[in-house]
Amino acid sequence: MIARLFNFRGGVKPVSHKNESSATPIVKAPLPPRLVIPLRQSIRSTARCLVQPGQRVLKGEHIGEGEGPLGTSVHASTSGTVVEIASFPMAHASGLETPSVVIEPDGEDRWIDHAPLDYRNVSRNAALAYLRNSGIVGMGGAGFPTHVKLGNGSGIDTLVINGAECEPWITCDDRLMRERAAEVLSGATILRELIGARRVLIGIEDNKPEAITAMRAAASGVGDTLEIVPVPTLYPAGGEKQLIRVLTGIEIAQGKLGADFGVQCFNVGTAQAVHRAIHHGEPLLSRIVTLTGNVAHPGNYEVLLGTPVDALLKLAGPKADTDRYIMGGPMMGIDLQSLKVPVVKGTNCVISASPALFPPPPPELPCIRCGACARACPADLQPFELYWFSRAKNFGKTQEYHLFDCIECGCCAFVCPSRIPLVDYYRFAKSEIWARERDLKASDQARDRFEFRNFRQEREKEEKAAKLAAKAAETRAKLADGTSAGAAEAPPPVSDEDPKKALIAAALARAKQQKAAVTPQNTEDLSPETQAEIDEIEARREKLND
Amino acid sequence: MLTALLIMTGIAIVLGAALGYASIRFKVEGDPLVEKIDAILPQTQCGQCGYPGCKPYAQAISNGEADINQCPPGGEEGIRKLADLLGREFKPLSEEHGHEKPKSVAFINEQLCIGCTLCIQACPVDAIVGAAKQMHTVVSPLCTGCELCVAPCPVDCIAMVPVGETVETWKWKYPVIELRPAA
Repeated sequence: MIARLFNFRGGVKPVSHKNESSATPIVKAPLPPRLVIPLRQSIRSTARCLVQPGQRVLKGEHIGEGEGPLGTSVHASTSGTVVEIASFPMAHASGLETPSVVIEPDGEDRWIDHAPLDYRNVSRNAALAYLRNSGIVGMGGAGFPTHVKLGNGSGIDTLVINGAECEPWITCDDRLMRERAAEVLSGATILRELIGARRVLIGIEDNKPEAITAMRAAASGVGDTLEIVPVPTLYPAGGEKQLIRVLTGIEIAQGKLGADFGVQCFNVGTAQAVHRAIHHGEPLLSRIVTLTGNVAHPGNYEVLLGTPVDALLKLAGPKADTDRYIMGGPMMGIDLQSLKVPVVKGTNCVISASPALFPPPPPELPCIRCGACARACPADLQPFELYWFSRAKNFGKTQEYHLFDCIECGCCAFVCPSRIPLVDYYRFAKSEIWARERDLKASDQARDRFEFRNFRQEREKEEKAAKLAAKAAETRAKLADGTSAGAAEAPPPVSDEDPKKALIAAALARAKQQKAAVTPQNTEDLSPETQAEIDEIEARREKLND
Repeated sequence: MLTALLIMTGIAIVLGAALGYASIRFKVEGDPLVEKIDAILPQTQCGQCGYPGCKPYAQAISNGEADINQCPPGGEEGIRKLADLLGREFKPLSEEHGHEKPKSVAFINEQLCIGCTLCIQACPVDAIVGAAKQMHTVVSPLCTGCELCVAPCPVDCIAMVPVGETVETWKWKYPVIELRPAA
């Protein structure tokens, strides 16, 4: 039993809006007419495509091989035919396009051969590789590969399973814990064994009493190393660092990770996906998505990855005055630029927004230095300082004020009485700093290559000069040899004073020799007639010459 | 009197020795100012400034031979940084040295390339691969966009292609304050 809970500093309490979608059970979404599966599931890496247009694929078949250390596999979510491999908008704030595999389902939903993995009897690395090939990534939104987070299997004492789900409107984890508690717990057990943790803490915000009850019922026989802990409802209690702080009291220092302090954190959805992969052999093909906001039938749907958002929204029925759609929660989510965006592994919620539900932000007013943002910041930063420096494009100073510790939770903008879109400024500053670092790296590389090229040209020049000198010396030596040897035979007249003349004479002699050695090739095996003809011609030529 | 002289001489010898040692021990190789200027320059090695590379231009600025506004790829921001570093006034980019352009990379039309290797010899950062009478191609992540390969090509098969935005290079825009007319 953990004796007491801790607090993190700051945080806000937005209206939760959970009841709209949490009342109804998870519904399996029907097969869409087309699935668009992006080969780039998150910003980190793009999978290498393994299929061609026209190819038939089965459910669970590999269509993309993860590349690089942070790559994971991509699978076909259902059986069907690959129609094309084309660029489609990505679930990203930029709305830029990314190569995607378009599959037309055949409606049979036929599985590829798959078998569970006996993870206790294989090596740890094999189990991690299996998770990588099953495409398991964090389901909380960031989509970080799970096999990487599992680390090297040592140094982790506490495994935290994140069921806090602190963002308003979203209820997919709530419904998952209510309906599939046993699967979540089984996944948590697998994760614990793979990471070598002593205890498991499952943190759930106390505004989800049904989920807590269901999880406790499922955990009754597991023993006291696994504990379901209700945590106070306070946004962002579901942030990794904040949840670790609340459950264990560990304050994760600037620039460090939970793993440096013996704690690792996974989402409940990730735990369930790990369970399906290990015990059922099923790669990550679907996820639970909350459809809510300004819709007729809010609720949670089990959606195949790659289902376009417009096909999905038909299930919930957005009302007529919906003017935009948010992927993720209202605090941290992104405005969708296009409804062609498919559901990806990190899509937990799609909110239909109307001007009544989400009024357009009032005009930004000057900062009045009230300090409300600093009191609300859960990362112990000074948002007003970051704002001033970001606004002035003084990026060095923003880094001094630890801009990169900002988790972009939006608490500061939420409390700001001047309605300043603070997070937009931080995001701007962060991406500018990244761009500068990229440019700097590129220019360093260019400098190195330029300097090396100059060095190489210099070296080649020297080598050429050395080679010429060596050749000249060799010729001279040969000549000296040739004169002594040639003098004995003495066919060409040699003048000792002029080596150049000797050289020419030697070359002439060589040429003569060669000429003599070469005989015409077409004069052998001639018929008597041809020979006679040739003789006649030769005779004529003699005559002419005379 | 003599004691004072001896003491002063003694101090002079000790301090002189210390300074002499320090000048050898902490000797600075090269001109640190050139390095600092070179770090600001974009390393395109394009020669638009009139010098054969960024380092020679940095050297020229440091010697006072060249002005700070001769680097088109560095643009206005580069000039500002140089002005800050050298304590000089900002001045706009000099017209005769070129204009600031969006970042581009060279692209070889492989259908037209005859394999003459002239572009390979021209590339200051060895970003073009190929051999005599073999097709050449540009390794675009290494290309600095200096355009030095464009002119030597006898068949005009090299074009400069602007670098598009990708998910990795996409940037959040500066938040814009919308001004609305009073109702």
